[in-house]
Parts: sequence; C-alpha cells; structure tokens
Amino acid sequence: MSETKTKKQPVSDRRKFILNMARGAGLATMGGFIWSAYVDEVTASSLMLRPPGAIKEHDFLKTCIKCGLCVEACPYDTLLLAKPGDNKPLGTPYFVPREIACYMCPTIPCVPVCPTGALDEKSVTTDGKLDINSAEMGVAVVDHSSCIAFWGIQCDACYRACPLLGKAITIEYSKNERTGKHAFMKPVVQSDVCTGCGLCERACVTEKAAIFVLPREVALGRAGDHYIKGWDKNDEKRLENATSKTTTTEISKKSAVDSLNDSKGLY
Amino acid sequence: MSLSRREFLKSSAAASAAAAMGMTIPAELQAAADVAESNWRWDKAACRFCGTGCGIMMATKDGKIVAVKGDPAAPVNRGLNCIKGYFNAKIMYGADRLTQPLLRVGADGKFDKKGDFKPVSWQRAFDEMEFNIKKALKSGGPEAVGVFSSGQHTIMEGYAAQKMMKGGFRSNAFDPNARHCMASAVTGFYQTFGIDEPSGCYDDIELTDTIVAWGSNMAEMHPILWSRVTDRKLSDPERVKVISIQTYTHRTSDLADIEIIFSPNTDLALWNYIAHEIVYNKPDAIDWDFVKKHIVFAASPVNIGYGLRKAGEKSLLPVNPDGSAGKYSAKEMQIVNKEMSKVISAKEAPALKPYGYKEGDVMTNKDAPNANLGHWEISFDEYKKALEPYTLDYVATISKGNPDEDINEFKKKLQTLADLYIEKGRKVVSFWTMGMNQHTRGTWVNTLAYNVHFLLNKQALPGSGAFSLTGQPSACGTAREVGTFTHRLPADMMVNVPKHREIVENRWKVPAGTLNPIGNQHIMKIHRDIEDGFIKFAWVNVCNPYQDSANAEHWIKAAREMDNFIVTSDGYPGISAKVSDLILPSAMIYEKWGGYGNAERRTQLWRQQVLPVGDAMSDTWQWVELSKRFTVKDVWGAQPLRGKDEQGNPNSLPSVIDAAKAMGYTEDTTMFEILFANKEAKSYKIDLKSFPQQGYDNTDGNGDSRNVIGSDGKVFKGYGFMIQEYLFEEYASFGRGHGHDLADFTTYHKVRGLKWPVVDGKETQWRFNANYDPYAAKETKESGNSHAFYGTIAKELMQGDLMGVKDKTTKALKNKAKIFARPYMDPPEMPDAEYPTWLSTGRVLEHWHSGTMTMRVPELYRAVPEALCYMHPEDAKKFDVKQGELCWVESRRGKVKARVETRGRNKPSRGLVFVPWFDEKVFINKVCLDATCPQSKQVDFKKCAVKVYKV
Amino acid sequence: MATLWNNYRYLILRRVTQIGLMLLYFGANAWGWKILMGNLSSSKILSIVPMSDPYAALQMLAAGAALATDLLIGVGVATLFYMLIGGRAFCSWVCPINIITDSANFLRRKLQIDRAQGFRQPATRNMRYWILALSLIISAIMGVAAFEFVSPISMVHRGIVFGLGFGWAAMLIIFLFDLFVLKDGWCGHVCPLGGFYSLLGSFSLIRVLHSQEKCTLCMKCKTVCPEHQVLYMIGKESLSVTSGECTNCARCIEVCDDDALGFSIRKLAKNKKMGE
Repeated sequence: MSETKTKKQPVSDRRKFILNMARGAGLATMGGFIWSAYVDEVTASSLMLRPPGAIKEHDFLKTCIKCGLCVEACPYDTLLLAKPGDNKPLGTPYFVPREIACYMCPTIPCVPVCPTGALDEKSVTTDGKLDINSAEMGVAVVDHSSCIAFWGIQCDACYRACPLLGKAITIEYSKNERTGKHAFMKPVVQSDVCTGCGLCERACVTEKAAIFVLPREVALGRAGDHYIKGWDKNDEKRLENATSKTTTTEISKKSAVDSLNDSKGLY
Repeated sequence: MSLSRREFLKSSAAASAAAAMGMTIPAELQAAADVAESNWRWDKAACRFCGTGCGIMMATKDGKIVAVKGDPAAPVNRGLNCIKGYFNAKIMYGADRLTQPLLRVGADGKFDKKGDFKPVSWQRAFDEMEFNIKKALKSGGPEAVGVFSSGQHTIMEGYAAQKMMKGGFRSNAFDPNARHCMASAVTGFYQTFGIDEPSGCYDDIELTDTIVAWGSNMAEMHPILWSRVTDRKLSDPERVKVISIQTYTHRTSDLADIEIIFSPNTDLALWNYIAHEIVYNKPDAIDWDFVKKHIVFAASPVNIGYGLRKAGEKSLLPVNPDGSAGKYSAKEMQIVNKEMSKVISAKEAPALKPYGYKEGDVMTNKDAPNANLGHWEISFDEYKKALEPYTLDYVATISKGNPDEDINEFKKKLQTLADLYIEKGRKVVSFWTMGMNQHTRGTWVNTLAYNVHFLLNKQALPGSGAFSLTGQPSACGTAREVGTFTHRLPADMMVNVPKHREIVENRWKVPAGTLNPIGNQHIMKIHRDIEDGFIKFAWVNVCNPYQDSANAEHWIKAAREMDNFIVTSDGYPGISAKVSDLILPSAMIYEKWGGYGNAERRTQLWRQQVLPVGDAMSDTWQWVELSKRFTVKDVWGAQPLRGKDEQGNPNSLPSVIDAAKAMGYTEDTTMFEILFANKEAKSYKIDLKSFPQQGYDNTDGNGDSRNVIGSDGKVFKGYGFMIQEYLFEEYASFGRGHGHDLADFTTYHKVRGLKWPVVDGKETQWRFNANYDPYAAKETKESGNSHAFYGTIAKELMQGDLMGVKDKTTKALKNKAKIFARPYMDPPEMPDAEYPTWLSTGRVLEHWHSGTMTMRVPELYRAVPEALCYMHPEDAKKFDVKQGELCWVESRRGKVKARVETRGRNKPSRGLVFVPWFDEKVFINKVCLDATCPQSKQVDFKKCAVKVYKV
Repeated sequence: MATLWNNYRYLILRRVTQIGLMLLYFGANAWGWKILMGNLSSSKILSIVPMSDPYAALQMLAAGAALATDLLIGVGVATLFYMLIGGRAFCSWVCPINIITDSANFLRRKLQIDRAQGFRQPATRNMRYWILALSLIISAIMGVAAFEFVSPISMVHRGIVFGLGFGWAAMLIIFLFDLFVLKDGWCGHVCPLGGFYSLLGSFSLIRVLHSQEKCTLCMKCKTVCPEHQVLYMIGKESLSVTSGECTNCARCIEVCDDDALGFSIRKLAKNKKMGE
C-alpha cells in the first residue's frame, strides 16, 4: 500500500507515514475488538467440567497451554480437548461424565503431567500424598422430579456407583406413606465431599440423567462469612476470609448529615 | 385432548397412586387418565426378575410393550419397583433377539458339530432333536437325555417339560437352575418340616421387631423387600433392630444396628452358638411346652463329603502318578480328593469332638449318595452334647471374619445377637438367601436356623420365623411346586416313592410303571454325565448353565468337544447358546401366557401381552411339538438304567407298551396325544368372547398373525384348546387337598396373586399355625395345639445318638418338626499359601443373573457395564494391584481378568475378594469350585481359594 | 530418481519430519507411545524433556498467569533449540499448517493466480508483528492467552492428535486465503507465531549462504521462497540470509541449479566472509 501510485499531488513521506500508522492503529483497534469479543465469547462457557486439580476457571483459562498431556495421561479416555465446534473454550481439557466419567484414579495421572500448573498438584494433595478424594471437579445435583428414587423406586444406582459411597452421596430414608409399608431411599449429595467425578451421572438409569455434575461455581451457593455455625467447630475456618465492609442500602445511600437535613415529606 | 407422554405418565401415576390410597381422584385427572389409557392397553403381570414377586402393569401399543408401571394394587410392592423391574418394558427388545432356529452346519448343509450356526426351519430343528434324542436313548437309555430346567420357567412350561421328560422320555435327568439357588433351603424344609416352602410371609416384615439377614444382600437382591424392612426400621427405630450377618460388608449393612462379618462357612458355628447360649446359659428361654408338643431332636452323619466328583468316575480315570486324574489336573485333584477323605483341622476339631473326631484324624466320607439324607432321632441331651463346643470363645475365634476387628468387640456383637433372639416378647425374623444356600453344608445351616426359632417358639408366628428368600421369580412356583427337579413330582411328591409315582401316573393317564423311580441327575450330575460321555443329548430351557455353573471350563469343553448334541432355547445369544449345537428362539415372558410363584407362596398369572419377536415360540410349544415326534413304541419299551438294585440286578424300566395298549393307546399313539392333546385338555375351550381370553393373543392356542411355519412345515394354527389353562389346572389338581391348594386359573387373572394353600378362596399367611392355616387347624382340632407341622416327608425316624442309629425301629412323628444337631465343618477348599484369599461370588442389583437380558438394556448396561473384583485396599497393596486396573483372579481351576475395586458398594475385609457373575466377559465361574452340599446338591459359589495378581 | 531426490530432498525431509512428529504425537494419545507426548503447545519428549511454545507462554505471562517451573523449563528448551537451528525452522519443519500453505502456494503457481491478481500484495508482511503485539495486549486485557483461542495452528495440530471437530474449516480457510486472497498470506503475513519465531530466529546459527559468484540470476529461488524478501542479496552479494523471517525451508537450495545456495553455520559464514 505504501507504493500506491497516484497522479494527484504526491503525498509527503511524513504524511504517508502518519496515515499508515493511523491506518494500522485503526485496523488493530478494530481487529482487536473483534478478537477480544470472540475470545470473550468462547471462554464464556461456564458449564465445563475440568480435570481434577484444575485451578479456578478464570485462572485456568489463562494458565492452560492446551497441550493435552492430561488427556493422554487419562487411562479411561475420560478427558477431552475442546475442539472447534464443541462450543467450549478451544483446546482446553474437559470431560462429559454421561459419556465417560472420572474414575478417580488414586494416582491421579492427569495432574502431575501438567506443565503449566493449570492442574495444580497441591490442590489434590493431602499430607504430602496425592489424594483424589480432595478433587473438586464439580458437584452432583439431583433433579428430584425425574430421580426415580424420589418416586419410591428402589434404585440408588448413583449411590452404588459413587467412589465415595456413603460419603459423597448418602441415602436419606423416609417412609412411603402412599404404600404404607415401603421406604424411600433418596440420594442426597454431600457437596463438601463430592468431587464431581460424575460416576453417578453416568450410572443414572433415567433417559437423561436425573443426577448430574455441574461446576461447583455454578451449582453451589455461598452463605457468606459473617455468620458461623455455632454448632460446628470446623465452620470457623470460614473466618479466615471474613472481612468487614461498609454496607449500603437504598436507605443508607446518603450521608447521615444529608439525610438528617432532608425532612421533605416528614410533616 | 392431547397429552404428552410425560403428562400421560404423570396422570396415570397419580390415578394409580390415588387408587392405592383409596383417594378420590379429581374428575379432570381421572378423565385425563381414561383418555390417555385408551390409546393403549394396560394389563397386569408379574415382574420378570427376582423371587420377591412384584406385581406390574404392562402398557401395550401397536403390538409392542411400551411401558411398565408398578401395580399399585399388588400387595408385595404397592406400585413400586426396583431398577430391574423399572426396565421390564425393555428386556424383550434387545437388538440381537434370537428370531429363528439356528443349527451348526457344515459346507454340505448337514449338521456339523464344528460348523457355524445357520438359520434352519422349525421343522429341521425338531428333526435334529428327534434324531439326536433317539440316538441318545439308544446309547444310554432315558438317563442319557438331559434337560437343564429353570426357576424362570413359567408354571405351565415347567409342568409341560416335566410331563414330557418324566412321563414321556421316562428320564429324570431333568433339573432346574433353581438347584443352584435354593436346593439347600428345600432339603432344609424337608428335613425340618417334611414339606417345602416357608411358613411365614412378607407380612412378617411389618410385624416383627428384629430382622436378621444371614448371608443375604437383601438391599440389592430383594430391593422391594428391603424397602419394607427399611420402613419397618423407620417406624420404630429404637425397638426394631436390624442385624446384618455376612462374610463381607455390603449395602445391607447400611441399615444395620449390628454388622457381623464372619469367616466363610462359620455361620454353622454362629447358629450353634446362639443355640448353645439358649440351652446352656438361658435355658429358661426354651419354650418347653412348644418343644415337647411339636419338636423332636435329630442327628445325621457328618462324613458326607462335599458333592465333588468321586474316585472311579469316568472322567477321573486314569489316575496318574503326578496326581492328576483323567480330565482333572493335579491341582484340581488336591481338592477333589477331599471328597473321598479329609483330615480334621484344628479349626473344626472342637466342633467334631462330640462325633468322635480329633484334630489330625482322617475322616473317610461315605460313598452311598442317598445315605447322606438319612437322619435319626436323638434325645435332647444328645443335642445338648452336640452344642457343648460352641462357647463364645471358640465361636468368636473361628468365626471372626474381619482380621482387623477386635475379638472382644466381636464377642460383644455375638452376645447381643444371641440376646436379641432370646429376648422374651421380641419377635425375630431371620432372612437368608444364597449365603446359607450356596454352601457345602447348606442343608445343615438351613436346619440350624429353625433350631433357634423352634427352641424359642419363634417360628410360624406373625412377625417371627426363619424365612428363606428365593432368588428366582418362580423357583418356588415352578421348580419347587411343579417339581421340575430330578427327584421330584408335583406338590412335594417324590419319584422314589411308589405311591407318589402311582398318583402321578394315574393323573397323567400313563401306564403304571412308566415313571422312573431313580432321580439322582441333579444339575452338576448332568454336567458330569455329559463330561463322562454318558448324556448324549441335553436341552437348555430358560437358563444359562454354561455360564452359571461352577468350574465352567470342564462343562463347556465337554459340550463342545465330545460326541453329544446340546440344544438351547433362549431369547438372546448367551454363553449356553454359544456352546450349543442347536439354538431355538424362545418367546420371552410377556409373549406368552404364564404364571410365577414367589418366595412367600404367592402365585401370579398373566396373559400374553404381545406376539413373540420373529419366529420365536414359547417353551411350552417347543415341548409340545417335540412330543409329537415320539410314540408309545419309541419311549415306553423296556429301558436300561445305570446302577444295580438292592438284589444286585441292573436297574431298568419295564416295558409299559402292553399296559398302554390296555389303556386304549396304540404303539403309534404320540406322546402329544397322551400328555397334551388328550380329552381332558380339549375340554379347556378357546373362548375369545369372555374373560380372561377376550382381547388377548394366544399363540399356543390359536396361532397368530405371524403365521409361523411350525414343526411340520405348515403354518402353525394353534392347538385349538386353552392349553395353558389345561396345564395349570391339571398341575394344580395335585396339590388341592394336600396342603398346596391353588385357586383356579381364572381367579388368578383377577387377583394380584394369592398365597397358597388357598382354601375356600382364602390365602394362608402363616402355615402350620392353627390360627391361620386351615390344614394346621384341622390337625390341631383335637389336641388344641398351637401348631401342626403336618408335612409328611421323613416323618418316621429310627432312634440313636450323635454317633449313629442305635435302634432301628421307627417312630412316627406326626405334626412334629425337627431340631438337628449339626456341627461346624470346614469347606473343602480354604485359603493357603499358594491361593491365599477367599473368593465369594454373587450378584448386583442392576443385573439379573447371567445378564442376558439386563446387559441388553442400555441404561442398566451403562450403570454397571462390567463385573469388578472388590477387595480391601490393603489386599490390593499386598497383591500389588491398583484400583481401577485389571488383575488376574486365579484358582486351581481357572482364571479371569477383572478390574480392581477397593472402594465400591462391596467392602470385603482383608482376606476375601468378591466378584459378581453377571458379566460373561468376567467369567468368574471358570474359577469357582463345583463342590455342593452333599445333601441338597447345591453348589457353593460363595467360597473357594484364589490368588490375585497383576495383569 | 536421483534428480528427484536432489531437487526435493529437503522438501521430503521436511514433510517426513512434519508428518512424523504428528504421528508420534498421535501415537502418544491413541496408542500410549511415550516418545513424544502432548502437542506443539507443550510436549514431553521421552517422558523427560519438556518443550513448550514460548509464544504461548508469553501470552500467558501477559494474561497474568503464574508460570510454572515445568513450563519455564519447557520454554527454555524450545527457545534454545530454535535459537540454534533457526527460529522459523519451526514453521517449515514442524508446523503442520506449512503443508497447507505450501500446497496453496504450489497451486497458486500452477494456476498462475499471481498473474491474474498481479504481483501486487495488498498487505505488508509486518502485519504479523502488529498481530503479535495485539495478541499480547488482548491477552493482558482479557486475561487469557488470546491467540491460543483462535490459533488455527493449534486447532490443526491439536485436532490431529485429539480430534479435529470443525478444525478442518480452519484448514480450509487458510488454504483458500493463501490461494485466492494473499500469496503467502497466513505464514508470510498474518501468523504471529511466525512473527515471534522471526524475532527469535534472528540469532540462529544455521543459515542459508548465498555465493554470488555461482549465481546465474535465474531467480528460481526467489520465486519459490515464501519469504522472498530475505533473499534480497541474490545475485548481488555473497551473504548469509540473516533475516529471522527465513524459515530455513531450503527450497531455494533445492531449486538452485547452480549450487549458489547452501546451509552454513552463522559463525563459520562470518569467518568465511572475513577470510575473503
């Protein structure tokens, strides 16, 4: 473009340089925005289940180099790398429990191979030993309306499939008043223990799984650190993050003085 | 009004639920249910799977079953199901259903044992069967024609097969897979009560205070009953106690107040410990009034072997210097030799002391197979003497199954267990399944259960009793009640009792002397006879003997490599079909009229819901068509039998041809005309205008729109009479008036099953109890006793002590039951240095038996696609195998590869591994030992010794 | 045959290397080979030596990721390696996109599209440096390695190893772009990874050396060269190709009938020059 020939007034080199710079900058801005928007879009998918030890999704996206070493390390072919068309952050590892769940290998082969620390060995280590039970890949959620155990069917397939049977999924027993002589055995997920391996989702016998794993960020609420369970010593741990913040509500928006001085409508 | 499928199911479910609760259904919802249901048809049936016997409703649309629901009116399950039951609508529609007969043929189209399967016509299939049966009859007599029958046969099929086998072929080589499932329970019932099947019923669960599960994973194997147990526990958590007594921790322990993990086989010692506790420490707990009126004490020999092959059998010859014998390796012979004699171990010596044995003695086992069943009366003091060794110390030492458990803790548990049984006013139900039945002393341990209940007068009472649960849907209804065992006839009659044979011959209108009095070809014997080259023809019905039999490689090899002809009738290509020479496509459960009987004596009938797939036909039809191929002269001439009689003459069956002629038959009258299409049969009319036939297909009676080309090369148009009703009514006539009364065929199509004896239209909840059982009431009219154990088998006993018979005069014990002195003994194979760990096998909730049906339901397959090897994490370390990786499980007999599971639903202690057997790829029965209870002939699948190592 | 080898030996070797590496990667995933695991973003050689894409690491750094030791070692190994053998050797000897763009270029020559379009290139080769800079800026702003989410290179090499998905579309787009829109469009103009290796490659030891005295000015080398600007000295001066943009593909060496081009080591080349 620099060698554009024109019969009109020759453009001075300086002007040409400035114009070119401006043009480049303009194109870069335009391209940059499109690029950014695209990146924002493809990284927005929040329903991905990551391998064990994955750091927080936000950090994961910046840290994962998409090499697939974790995928290769997985002996069950559980892990996949997102392909174009999967509508997932491209090239990042994930798994679909309904297809192949995480079998929770005690040796966690997928984690130590990660070159970037996107899969963090420390987060799946307890007392200096790899501990898959401490993984937080997601958390299982039960849809009470389609879970046949809630109908009274003796199923518990999820419970029996759970590698932390009796801990991550427990059975809640209750009387079936309709029949008068049977009991419900309803699966209850203990979200603090559940690793999100998805073996329950895979085992679920309903047409579309009635128990399924969601990323913890998506599935779980947060009670806030300002209240600690008085009956649970362990709950005090949450105090570590507790801070005090000034609060604002509709009524406290204005400063005290302003509000005192405003007696409109009072009488 | 259009309803989506989901809305439809919702409204139907609501209607069912409301009906069950007696609620008024809102008119709108009711209307919706009516409209929706008019698009397809609901009809009642029984669940295809376990012995619980849940009632279901099938929805049929366009000739296919499309949905199922629990039958809210069914008393067992009140509209609920387990996950197997949940998939009843899908089990018949696997992509690889067998749809036409398949024969192994060579290039020339002729049968070739080594050939590949090719489709053939039904006519060709029956030609081959006829030819090979005649060949077998010629080579070895009726005993050379064998049939593997089933506890999943419908009542009518089982009865038809029984008639043709025993009345037609005169062969008793006819035994069901129920042999593997509850034969020990049966011999237990016979020896104790003189009549088969439980005294109690499921209503005990709601009435009891204590539920003790012995060697039974009820939570997975009888889920609906377990849900009732759970409900009971929830109703009164303080009062109601649940105790789980097992060889490894499984789901049933979840609910338990106490879990007792015992070393395999020591359940004998545990039962005796409770009895010892009663007799020695709490004698006041004995209800002497009850015991004196109703009980005698008995003993039997202890040197009875383990039901293994015996020295001198053809396949054990020649004996080689290296220790191997015939077809058995030296390693295998290490165990097989214990059949002949064994050395008393330190573990069992104290228990055998009252019988005159001490550690190191050689026990020579008795040879005569039927002598094993014999027993004699003893005094209470003798019984007490037999119990002497079972102190808490001894029992705790030998039976603690978890090496990591503290012995004192274990003792405390045993003490509590005994206390709960003994506690006055506490009702106790003992449930058991395969743990006590699949046991080399299965009969013994079954009888020991009744001992405790009898001493305390806690048997045959509402809420109290020892209750044997069955595994299969019609192990009771067909195998036991119809008597499809080698030694049985309908209604608890026996082939070796002349009077019983006479009754049956009269009823069947076959000549006197037709029936074969020798019935000893139980399932393992049939396999062994095939291996010995004696049985030349075998037919597999509704079972999978080549996957479900222990030591499977021997039997498969015999079937594939020897000169014989194996036929399998099945819905799907399982291992047995693969091993066969001819495969017949069978109609599956809802493709035919049928009936099952569950574990609480409840008989349930259903109608044919849909036409069979392809050219499949019912097993009844297959038997009846086969009967057309055999005439009086083919089967009723003189026949040789094996063995010698008491006088030393070779056993034989007389010719009954002349007698047959005297009855109006000719030499050419077919068995079809005699056994199935006789005058009586034809009196059961096809009546499509009235209930229950109206609106329902009846392939056997009428043929069907498929126009299947039948066994004669012509379109099968039906028999023209209501054959299923005929078979049912004729069979039922044996039991009526003899303690097995069934209602009539039509009634069973109206009700949700009835618990026999059904007298005056009323079912019986507690047998032998004068308040509930009309038979007991009749027997106790004069005495005013509370109970009458009116069974008639083995009710004349000689007198003796623990060592044997002392006085050969027999004493009648009318209306009495027995308490047996029976010791703890080691099983034949126990862990040692080379094979250091126990192997137990069993089932999982998701899959039914060998998985031929459930492994074809995608949801169930996905839930549990393979059998795992469950073991303790420390054992995994010791064996150098890792969670999730493959390991070898190897015994003296064979090995399989399975994935290691250290954290699953089953949690064995150190020293035991568990592998379920549903998975044909993890063929664990190649590893198992074919030792049986020598009395019941039921194989012990629960224990053998294996080593586990890295692949 | 000998001529074929003579004229295409480097091309054949490059294809063997490119395909062979992909095969090793593929084998690692499909059959559990341990020779070369991972993909071009990050690999492990013989389960020991790590090797990671330095440009990806740079983006991650810009995005604010904490770089793990393993990654830094891998980046070190890769950087050192490409510094030695020529930064853009990656482009012509390793990158699978090269096969696509080479074939587009080949077809372009056969169809004489250049003539139809005129030789005027509507874009500057410096564009890649702009994109490189932009990628780092966007990485910093968006907090993710920006190019890695759009990189057709990764789509292809990852696709070959782990499943392609719609990655074939990316391959087709590049092919069509190079064929119809811009000669040497992707590798010569757009690709920021190429740009990155160009910068890195300025230091490399292995160099193409031109002997002006042997040159007959046939200009075959310039026709075939995907970065023909690096051959500015042809027929003018005996010089090493020192520009980092040279991919060391050696096509120029092969097409030269006059032995006027050949590989040399930078230092030796210098000495030689000094010796003259």
